[in-house]
Amino acid sequence: MSFPRLIPCLDMAHGRVVKGVSFVGLRDVGDPVELASHYSDGGADELVLLDIAATPDDSSTMLEVVAMVADAITIPFTVGGGVRSVRDAAAIIEAGADRVSLNSAALATPSLITDIADRFGSQAVVVAIDAGEGVVHTHGGRRPTDVQTIPWAREAGERGAGEILLTSIRQDGQRTGFDLELTAAVRDVLTIPVIASGGAGSAQHVAEALRVTEAALIASIVHENPTGLPGLRREIESFGIALRPWKERA
Amino acid sequence: MTSVVVVDYGAGNTRSVRSALRRLSYESVLTSEPTAIRDAEIVVLPGVGSARSAMDHLTTTGAVTAIRERFSAQRPIVGICLGMQLALEHSEEDGGVAGLGLIPGEVRRLPAGRVPRLGWQLVTPIDEAFYFAHSYFAETPCATGFSDEVTAIVESGAFIGVQFHPEKSGDAGLRLLEQCLSRA
Repeated sequence: MSFPRLIPCLDMAHGRVVKGVSFVGLRDVGDPVELASHYSDGGADELVLLDIAATPDDSSTMLEVVAMVADAITIPFTVGGGVRSVRDAAAIIEAGADRVSLNSAALATPSLITDIADRFGSQAVVVAIDAGEGVVHTHGGRRPTDVQTIPWAREAGERGAGEILLTSIRQDGQRTGFDLELTAAVRDVLTIPVIASGGAGSAQHVAEALRVTEAALIASIVHENPTGLPGLRREIESFGIALRPWKERA
Repeated sequence: MTSVVVVDYGAGNTRSVRSALRRLSYESVLTSEPTAIRDAEIVVLPGVGSARSAMDHLTTTGAVTAIRERFSAQRPIVGICLGMQLALEHSEEDGGVAGLGLIPGEVRRLPAGRVPRLGWQLVTPIDEAFYFAHSYFAETPCATGFSDEVTAIVESGAFIGVQFHPEKSGDAGLRLLEQCLSRA
């Protein structure tokens, strides 16, 4: 029996967690290591760390964070933002991440997907797609390209991506639910798993997404109340979704 | 303190395995040096990289012989994911690769479902969920644990291997890794 995955996403800049994290129950809101351990202990199935600033100066800071997170948690995690070469990917994976996420670098150089997959396996390569109005967007979803979402998702899979992280720009930050239609449309043309992203505002929204695909990314819904993750899990399960058996530590 | 050698294939994430060992109070050394591999109390073959690059690396460094000698001498080896698959005779990965041949069987491409198979799966008979991330699976008479129809645990002599990642499977994973190590 396999279980769908609940994946908190930590947006980071210059080695710190930014955006919408509540301080309830945390000593240091901006500390990615503390927040990651909190979610790992609180029943997250996986984590994503996204470096949204990702300037070249930040890469060594990010690697230090990745190494500390790897030592602090006992669940898998993906690192994205600023991965532009096999060497970048290797450094992140060697620092302890399980997978890297590629976004605009994969669009600019699609062969990068294959190169990283050849070295570390497909399971280590996530391709993130920011989708809206049928096309892929770059620059954090602000700039549309002329690349069609569905063909690009298919191409990413054929080139060796092990998973698609699909963000609906329309729904992102709205908290009115995931774009289920988009998620289903992309999932239907692929043989690799798809993570739904953008729009989680309630346990019901997450449950709806997990009926369509095998994983859901969550952000503000959990950051606003980091200690509430076990409760969120229970609530999702009350909608008939079986998450993995997990016990809160005594 | 028990000496644990984590075998270095020259690629991938070995940090998480070593960090899990540290949590369980085992200090480890990362090396591909044959003498260290032969003499360690416990050897861990971690789950990183691809079959061909791993076997090439182990052959070049002389680790292949050291691992086979260990196995014949009934000295404990723990294999994780790819590290478990390498123990078999042959793998379909990368156009076909000869394995270490410690235990009988073939590594084959997963035939059905979404591949890679990513996520938490229930393992029988231990009845706990562990994290899997793989595109190939072990077909072997030495399988002693399964997730759905897929081999999850393999045991033969002093070798115990798991398809999932105990170092990434929360408390249940750490408990299982501890069992593998203490049995060793």
